[in-house]
Amino acid sequence: MLSIKDLHVRVGEAEIIKGLSLDVPAGEVHAIMGPNGAGKSTLSYALAGRPGYEVTAGSASLDGDDLLALDPSERAAKGVFLSFQYPLEIPGVPGLTFLRTALNAQRKARGDEEVSAPAFLKLVRAQAAALKIDFEMLKRPLNVGFSGGEKKRMEILQMAVLSPRLLILDETDSGLDIDALRIVSEGVNAMRSPDRAMLVITHYQRLLDYIKPDRVHVLADGRIAASGGPELALQLEAEGYDKYAKAAA
Amino acid sequence: MSLAAALRTDDVSKLPGRRDEDWRWTDLRGLLREIPPLSPEIEVAEGGPFAAVSADELAYGNGRSSGGADYGNLTMVGDGTLRLRFVSDAAATRHSTFVAITVEEGDTVTLLESYEGRGSAYVASVEIALEVERDAHLTRIILVDEAADAILVSEARVVLHPGATFHQTVLTTGGRRQRIETVVTHPGAGGSVRMDGVYLLGDRRHADITTEVTHARPDGKTDQLVKGCVSGQARAVFQGRIIVARGADQTDARMGHHGLILSERAEIDAKPELEIYADDVACAHGNTVGALDEEAIFYARSRGIPEAEARAMLTQAFVSEVVDRIEHEGARAVARAWVAKQLGGVA
Repeated sequence: MLSIKDLHVRVGEAEIIKGLSLDVPAGEVHAIMGPNGAGKSTLSYALAGRPGYEVTAGSASLDGDDLLALDPSERAAKGVFLSFQYPLEIPGVPGLTFLRTALNAQRKARGDEEVSAPAFLKLVRAQAAALKIDFEMLKRPLNVGFSGGEKKRMEILQMAVLSPRLLILDETDSGLDIDALRIVSEGVNAMRSPDRAMLVITHYQRLLDYIKPDRVHVLADGRIAASGGPELALQLEAEGYDKYAKAAA
Repeated sequence: MSLAAALRTDDVSKLPGRRDEDWRWTDLRGLLREIPPLSPEIEVAEGGPFAAVSADELAYGNGRSSGGADYGNLTMVGDGTLRLRFVSDAAATRHSTFVAITVEEGDTVTLLESYEGRGSAYVASVEIALEVERDAHLTRIILVDEAADAILVSEARVVLHPGATFHQTVLTTGGRRQRIETVVTHPGAGGSVRMDGVYLLGDRRHADITTEVTHARPDGKTDQLVKGCVSGQARAVFQGRIIVARGADQTDARMGHHGLILSERAEIDAKPELEIYADDVACAHGNTVGALDEEAIFYARSRGIPEAEARAMLTQAFVSEVVDRIEHEGARAVARAWVAKQLGGVA
């Protein structure tokens, strides 16, 4: 489903991703682990199309469609969803308005009809309840004054409503207490399906106790330094990233 | 120095220009080499942007009151709303209007004021004298939709009596050179003033929102929030002055101006001024000019919202804080829709 080949990404003057190749088949959850500064967030931003993240070589495609040729909103309409490590505050735009605008923009881009207001509200109510989000909160400007945990739950709510095909979770566990981590993980697990792929980016093994990966990759110095099954995460937790950092240096 | 005086006397030397401190960002003298001829008479059909909100209308076409009646001095009796329309349909000519309105003691009046410009390159002067009697309430919602190359100066002098309130919201897309000025004499005594504004300027448009509130005696309140955005080569001017006279203690005055610059060649000039001669007052002002948050734009795009739509959405959200303060429900709905429509072309 997601196929990345020899990807090089430059941010400003610095090359951060230096020839990364990765395949995530439909239905699978792949974890990307690595030390700080390895390029984990750069990879997620490059896939989402953030300005300033310049792909200098290589390719990234979703179901054979070249992602890198698309505008960020077009990538979203194709099914790419990035859950931000630090979700942005959107002053003046209620969560419901933002989400409905996004959903309808995606549907329009795909040639589908706009979702009706009652159908939209029904969908959001159900998903908000599952994530234990007070519906009233969605009438407030998105993420403004929300706690770290509330913002992360809001990310998962958006993900559930937009129903993407490629889910990229960037450090979704950061800033979450144990209860919030469980609720967020249940929300993510509910989205696992044979026609979806997930990329779970995390520094700690903790999240992977909740969201069980099919494959684990170690990202060090802009490349995949090692790949393995779920046991690799446990090994990293025990041994740390030192040996990869050294190998890269 | 004023446009009204220059037009009255046919004397360009009376035009305010860049050497006049309060007009340095809205130079008329450098723009008008001679006073253009008088605009023709026109018929004004009933309507305007607030037609659905209020039944009563007082309309001026090219400076003349429609229907031939002279409403130069008008006393509003009882509570209600009035559409006050200044319609221009002229080409390279000029016209002037003077209106005086009194709101009687204890009454509540909403003035839905619209500047509706068609034609091109005309010069329009509007002078308004408003008197709000004891414990009366006047709300003024001003929608300015002028021709891109028109010159307009609207000057309102507002006198409040003790216990009166005056709430005003200006919404403008500017013109070739445009000034919406409001000068308020505030007697305190529990009275309150709100002086809000929104400017949405594109292309080469200019708009100047200038206000002055003088707190003459104790225990008065003024609250001001002006927000706007400029794109293209547009230029916005905000001059807000609050004067607290000696002895006007317990005055509570707050002023905020926040502008967004959406293009490299657009400009915002702001001069917030608090002149305080009393001792025991609470006064504050904030003034910021910046750009849209590019990270927030990327966030919206990553959710599927195309860039232009994301920018318009965030710009609209930025100014909606001002529009949401309009208490009159019908006027607020008109203002909201108007902002949404304008931002299609500005952001």
